[in-house]
Order: sequence, then C-alpha cells, then structure tokens
Amino acid sequence: MSDSIRIRFLSTSLIVGFFLLWEVLCILLNVSDLVLPRPSEIFVTMYDRFPVLWPHILQTLSSTLIGFALGVTIGVTLGVIVGTSKVAYAVAYPLLVGFSSIPKVAVVPIFVLWFGSGTTPAILTAMVICVFPIVVNIATGLATTEPELEDVLKTMGASKTEILWNVGLPRAMPYFFASLKVAITLSFVGAVLSETVASNMGIGFVMMTASSNFQVSLVFSGLILLALMGVALYAIFSLLESRVTGWATRGTEIAVT
Amino acid sequence: MNMTSSIPAPMAKPAPVHPRPAIELQDASVVFGAGEKAVTALSPTTLRMDRGEFLALVGPSGCGKSTILKLVSNLIQPSSGLVLIGGREASARELRIGMAFQNPTLLPWLTIEQNVMMPLKIVEPFKRTYRRDKRGAYRDRVHALLKQVGLGDFANHYPWQLSGGMLQRSNLCRALIHEPDLLLLDEPFGALDQFTREELWQIMQDLYLDRAPTVLLVTHDLREAGFLAGRICVMSARPGRVISDEPVTLPQPRDIATIYSPEFVEMTQGLREMIAQVRSS
Ligand SMILES: Nc1ncnc2c1ncn2[C@@H]1O[C@H](COP(=O)(O)OP(=O)(O)O)[C@@H](O)[C@H]1O
Ligand SMILES: [Mg+2]
Repeated sequence: MSDSIRIRFLSTSLIVGFFLLWEVLCILLNVSDLVLPRPSEIFVTMYDRFPVLWPHILQTLSSTLIGFALGVTIGVTLGVIVGTSKVAYAVAYPLLVGFSSIPKVAVVPIFVLWFGSGTTPAILTAMVICVFPIVVNIATGLATTEPELEDVLKTMGASKTEILWNVGLPRAMPYFFASLKVAITLSFVGAVLSETVASNMGIGFVMMTASSNFQVSLVFSGLILLALMGVALYAIFSLLESRVTGWATRGTEIAVT
Repeated sequence: MNMTSSIPAPMAKPAPVHPRPAIELQDASVVFGAGEKAVTALSPTTLRMDRGEFLALVGPSGCGKSTILKLVSNLIQPSSGLVLIGGREASARELRIGMAFQNPTLLPWLTIEQNVMMPLKIVEPFKRTYRRDKRGAYRDRVHALLKQVGLGDFANHYPWQLSGGMLQRSNLCRALIHEPDLLLLDEPFGALDQFTREELWQIMQDLYLDRAPTVLLVTHDLREAGFLAGRICVMSARPGRVISDEPVTLPQPRDIATIYSPEFVEMTQGLREMIAQVRSS
C-alpha cells in the first residue's frame, strides 16, 4: 500500500518537476516567447481563452467518441466473424495485419476529397484508425479460446450461438478491453489530425490557426489540453477494463496491438 | 403370449426394466486424421450399459478411455460402428448428459454459483424458465448442492480462489445440477491427494445412491473403481478394446475401510495383474 502511494507521489513530482525545469530553463537561457513560451504563460493563456476553447474541446471529444463508437461496432462485428471461423481467421489474419500497419493518416486527404472539410472526415478518420486493433484483438480472443471450455458447453447440447455468448465472447473480453485503451487513443489522434488538416472546429484547428498567427502560447495551450484529454480518455478505459475483466488481469497485460 | 407374462404375480414388484440400454457401443471405432498420419484412438469396441449402472472403465493411459466418453457425449462421431444412447443416435440427445472432465474447466470469469448454474441455462427443459428462476428456485438448488459437497460458503468465490479439491467438487456439482440420466466422469479425482480423493469418493457414492443416474467413470485408480462401481471394464493398451468385464459384488453403500479389506485387495490385485499383462504384451 505505502509502495503505491510512494509511486504516485513520485510520478506527480516528476510531472511538476518537468514543468518547473521547463520554466527555469526558459528564464535562464532567455528563450523567446515565440519559440517556447514558459509553462506559466501557457497556463495563463489557457485560463484566459478557456471560454473560446471550450466549444473546440467538445468538438474534438465528440468527433473522437462518435468515430470511436462506429469503429468499435465495426471492429467487434468483423472480429466475431473472423474469430469464430478457423478458416476465416487463417485467411484474413495476414490481410488484417497488413492493413493495420498502413499509416492511417493517409486516408485523411481521401476523406476530405469525398466529404469536404469539417466534422465528417474527423469522425471517419477516428473510426478507420481504431477498427483494426479491435478486430485483431477480438478475433485473437475468440480463436484462442481453449477447446476444453467449449467442450463443456457442447456436452450440454449448446448451440453455436450459445457457445459464442457464454464462452467465446466473455473469453475475448480482456482482449477487447485492452484493445479499447489503444483504440481510443488512436481515435483521438485521428480526429485531431483530421482537424488540423481540414476543419474549422476542434482543438486541432485552433492550434493550426494559432500557429499561422504566431500565437505561440495558444498553440502550446492546445497541446497541453490535448495531452490532458488523451490521458483522461485512456484513464477512463483503463478503469473500465480493470472493472470488467478483473478475473483476467491479475497482473498481466495481454493486449495484442 | 407365454404363460408367465399373461398371469402377473400380484405380490411381485416388477423390476425396472429398460428395454433400451443407456449406452450401447456396437463395434465403434475412432480414427483421427487420414492417410499416413491416421491415429487409431479406439479399435472396434462393443460395450453395453443398462440404466442405473455404475461402470468404471480402467486401462493404461492412451488406450482410448476419454475417446469413449467423447463418443458417448457426442463430442466426436465414430469412424465406424454405432453409438446408441438411450436407444438412439448420440446426436438425438435421448438422455440428459452431465460430464466432468479431468481438468475442472470451470469458466474463470464466472463465480462458482454461476458456473454450476450453467447447465440450467443451456439444457432443456430448465433453460425455458432460466430468466425467471435464476435468482430464485435455481439459485436455491445450486446452493443446496454446493452445501451437500461442503462448498456452501464458496458460491460467490471465483475459481482461482479455490483449491484443486474444491474445484473438482464444483466440477461434480456442475455435472449433476441438471439431474442428468447419464453421468460421464473422466478421471475427475486424478489430480488430487489421497485424503481429498477418498473424501470425494464418499461424496460421489452418496450422490449416486441419492439420485441413481447411470454413471460411466474413467479412472486409472483401481481402488476408486472398486469402491464406487458396480461393474469394472478393463481396456487393453492402445488402440484399446474391452478385454475384461466383471461385476463388483461388494454391497453398497461401501465404507471407505472396505478398500483395505482382504477381498477388496484381492479384487484390485487381480485387476492390476491383468493390466500389467496387457501393458507388457
Ligand atoms: N484429437 C486427436 N487427434 C489425434 N489423436 C488423438 C486425438 N485424441 C486422442 N488421440 C489419441 O488417441 C489415443 C487415445 O486417447 P484417449 O482416449 O485420450 O486415451 P486415454 O485412455 O488416456 O483417455 C491416444 O493415443 C491419443 O494420442
Ligand atoms: Mg484420458
């Protein structure tokens, strides 16, 4: 117990120390505001401009979450199809791995071409970018289910659907939740990226505009807001994971990414 | 019409006669794979079990004992021959089957209560009222059975919180909760220490005498076979077939001290020699 408190204390100190060092170095080396503003300036800007930033925060979050929700739905569906059939798994696995290693940012220009700039490409990018880790994890979870566990239900005369619901899917849950953590972060990156390229809303757009107007401390405010939002999203899904799949996560990390 | 059947004796209580045996293997064989790599897991085997019997199947490992259980539970189909359960094809599920595997195979994400309740969720006719009864009648039923095997306080524990012996008891409960006509046990006590094993033998005997299902027990422990079964079949080495089929004459219920009595030791010695012979040949 005291160990975990000490670790928490240390990591908080590390973060605080990081900002302090940044502040001190900027003052000592006399760094220009236009290159690297001091953290204190950044936080003041963030505070002053918060009413203006708030709608953009909501925009980024909603694009991320809508895209993520769509991506999860598609990912789970594909994952179940691929994972429940041995043949489909063997056939589709190389293709999936291949697809998931394409840099998904490359799709942004295509979405802009099809749908114009705005919210739609941000949502679609967030969606596409998070599908593959989910498919791969669900499929792996299902395909690696111990045959003995399935045999138990087969001897009871269970149908394929009953086996899927009672053994396959619960067995795949730890993989699924582990992949959600990864997927939400990816969706977030995708949404912001699309906003910086083609949007008039969202934190990505704010940073891009501020950058072209040389409002350097606003750019950094955006960066820190993004970091906070990213950490928050990750934390929410980690918490969800440990709540839902506590039986499997007794100290081991099993995500396949 | 013959005379004896047309004039029923008024005082005689008719013995429960089942025209169709619980299990009937007719020259059933199992071959895995094909061509060069084909493995014969079971030579053509004929075996018949009446309802209510407790049969122990012993034999050297790899001789096809588990394969027979898988045939009976319809997990695999015979490569040749016939498997009839309750007089019909195994796939017809004429008899309700409960099976306990050698490894407890409890689902790790469910509590003991939820694991034991699983058959009530899957097997007819229980599944029809599962939604309604899972918090009422079914729950009580699971708790009563868990209590009977000494696990009353562990219903809400997860499998990883239990010892090996406790897991095997839960495993037995899951095989029994839906009152199967046919209970299939694949070396269920194999991995346990002697004391726990003897304790579970007694629990098993009580459950058998209480519910009178047909039981097919696979074991490599001759004392276990002699203590529990009404009939013992010995199988030859791989690919196996049944080479001896003898009743156990000791009256039931049996006391655990029985296994140290001279006649019991004599019986198990006989079996041991037979198995030693088939192993060396
Ligand atoms: N799925 C399978 N594929 C190939 N060979 C198998 C398979 N299952 C069992 N066998 C083989 O069949 C033989 C009998 O197996 P089994 O019935 O499990 O023996 P045991 O009597 O020890 O339970 C063994 O030699 C085993 O290697
Ligand atoms: Mg076996």
